[in-house]
Amino acid sequence: MIPASFKYAAVQSVDEAVGLLSDHADAKVLAGGHSLLPLMKLRLANPPVLVDINRIPDLNYIREDPQVGRLRIGALARHVDFENSRLIKDRYPMLWETARGIGDPLVRNRGTLAGSVAHADPASDWPAALFAANAEIVATGPNGQRVVPIAQLYVGILTTSLTNDELVTEVRVPLARPRSGSAYEKLERKVGDYAVIGVGVMVSLNEAGSIVTAGIGLCNAGSTTIKATQAEAFLVGKPPAPDNFNEAARLAMEDSDPVEDDRGPVDYKRAMVRELTRRALMRALDRARGAS
Amino acid sequence: MPEPVLRTTITVNVNGQPHTAQVEARLLLVHFLRETLNLTGTHIGCDASNCGACTVIVDRQAVKSCTMLAVEADGAYIQTIEGAEQNNQLHPLQEGFLMEHGLQCGFCTPGMIMTATALLANDPSPTEAEIRRGISGNLCRCTGYVNIVKAIQYGAAKLREEEAVSTREATHA
Repeated sequence: MIPASFKYAAVQSVDEAVGLLSDHADAKVLAGGHSLLPLMKLRLANPPVLVDINRIPDLNYIREDPQVGRLRIGALARHVDFENSRLIKDRYPMLWETARGIGDPLVRNRGTLAGSVAHADPASDWPAALFAANAEIVATGPNGQRVVPIAQLYVGILTTSLTNDELVTEVRVPLARPRSGSAYEKLERKVGDYAVIGVGVMVSLNEAGSIVTAGIGLCNAGSTTIKATQAEAFLVGKPPAPDNFNEAARLAMEDSDPVEDDRGPVDYKRAMVRELTRRALMRALDRARGAS
Repeated sequence: MPEPVLRTTITVNVNGQPHTAQVEARLLLVHFLRETLNLTGTHIGCDASNCGACTVIVDRQAVKSCTMLAVEADGAYIQTIEGAEQNNQLHPLQEGFLMEHGLQCGFCTPGMIMTATALLANDPSPTEAEIRRGISGNLCRCTGYVNIVKAIQYGAAKLREEEAVSTREATHA
């Protein structure tokens, strides 16, 4: 399969990328290319112009920035960079687990977190984890930067609230707090497949051991990534007891809206949302309490 | 600001040989290798980034060359299966696939070997689980993977041995 003809430019800076995106209304950004190129080969996407951002220096970083209180992730940080990062493994285990479950090792060598975020596929794992983490997107356009909470980013399948001349230049995750834990649970039929269901969970406890914050994101459970807000609200202020986790898992299932496909019928998928949420909560709790 | 173009000239180094060619922007790296450079050892299997038959190493990272544009590889150092054999000597991984019967039809083998080459460059002593995880993006329809894992273990052991010998020789020199 060969993509339809297009014009290509490899830019050297964010300014050049934004300039080209402004000049070419239907241009697409090429980063890892592992969502875009398959769509172009199938002719499901036929962008007339590709703006290759891979040669922009200094966009591949993952670092904690205490000044802004965020883990900052550059647009060219690839899945494999999370997998290989001690910082991510130790302090952001949900992100580490998410990275290790995406595609296969060869895909992870190329694909980027920011590209996955911008692609807006409800079957992508990163958005669900980032919903749980209450991440923000830094979008750079002709008028400068703006910061968008990820829960406000998606308006529909493969559609974001970003304008075509904006580039996702950074993704920000709140710094890991004391007594917090996170986990990502993914059910897949085989390596390289999309999730049947994926669930990202982040919880933090106060000194008395009650839940002070809870974040839950659902992958492939609806027409966009879903934030299980009922379950999150239910957990805040409660002790992390099994009954409360079971009820939160049930509420997450209520928040889900999967469709039947070759990965299973609706009832099965809803049941998996419930079970994976429960498992992720248990593992996140262990981590918040200082087990691993 | 660069002007978007339909065609451009790229220069890549493949297995130590520099190549310069004018290519269409839409040309995939695997087609560039097979059709422009006639390096047909790199195979096209699924053509949809699932099977890994087209795996090559670009700047030390194993990638699926059906899911990368040739223009993205401009300036890169690319390793393909044609560069594995040196001085009429099979690469230790090639020898491993031969000795351990790591192939039947052989279609997936070039991709397997390139993935394994990159894997062993990062970790000369992977566990069986790490090998299995490492090749999880490469599909084989014949062997059930058991002998492929053995072949990679064979290659890894031989590479470690060669490394040890060359270190000893360097110390004595």
